[in-house]
Amino acid sequence: MSTAAAALPPDAELVLGLRGGVQSTFTLLLDAWSPGMLRTARAYVASTEAAEDVVQETWLAVIRGIDGFAGRSSLRTWVYRILVNIAKTHGVKDSRTLAWSALTGDDDAGSTVDPSRFQGPDEPYPGHWRRFPDAWPSPESEVMWREARGMIDAVLADLPHRQRVVITLRDVEGYTSDEVCSILDITAGNQRILLHRARAVVRRRLEEYFSTSGAGVR
Amino acid sequence: MNCNEFVELVTAHLEGTLDDATERRVVEHLAECDGCARYLDQIRHTVHTLADLPAESISGQARDRLLDAFRDFHR
Repeated sequence: MSTAAAALPPDAELVLGLRGGVQSTFTLLLDAWSPGMLRTARAYVASTEAAEDVVQETWLAVIRGIDGFAGRSSLRTWVYRILVNIAKTHGVKDSRTLAWSALTGDDDAGSTVDPSRFQGPDEPYPGHWRRFPDAWPSPESEVMWREARGMIDAVLADLPHRQRVVITLRDVEGYTSDEVCSILDITAGNQRILLHRARAVVRRRLEEYFSTSGAGVR
Repeated sequence: MNCNEFVELVTAHLEGTLDDATERRVVEHLAECDGCARYLDQIRHTVHTLADLPAESISGQARDRLLDAFRDFHR
């Protein structure tokens, strides 16, 4: 994941290696980036197998197209832009891909926290918590957190498509806001709205999980 | 600031994109509301948990095919 990327040589060196057919450079990138690419592709297509096809096609396009890399973005961003384009083509076949130009009702409407969690106009403190969110298990409760992590893939899979793509790139893969905007061709504002909604959903699902498993400490 | 307004500003707060006046109101609210401090903390935990997900990669077969493709292309 992002920790692996930190150890890579600078882009100039990587690009030289790819253009010159240096096997160790290609192996290094293939191993460092394929896991994140697979997870990102999975947000566009219907199965892990289809996502693996997208990743393979992307690397083939990189092998053949590296001479066209002009250095206007980072190498990683350039590779991911290819990935997203290929994933969209496959996603259309899976009829799962939506237009990115505008946010849908799913993505920008309504509050991210159930309004009934807050006091109404006739209560003493309108707009304030009726009851604070329950505390979560401490990070030392390793079993609880491991189980919680185990369900997150399913939570991500349930998110609206664009929210899933953005939270995967930002929070799972550790890309910056600028990189994500550049990979997906969206504005910083839209990116933030999608991230905000996605994080709120994941938080709520963790909250539900901890409260039903009796782990919440009030 | 009300709590239901605060919860919609947490991401912009964490991203550092709020204007100065709103950022000040967010910080002031945090200082006096334990419920919202906890909410923000849980959002942070959520982000950390996402960063910690186990990575899966492509199959060994696919990896080998790609290594061959690179070698063949430069032959």
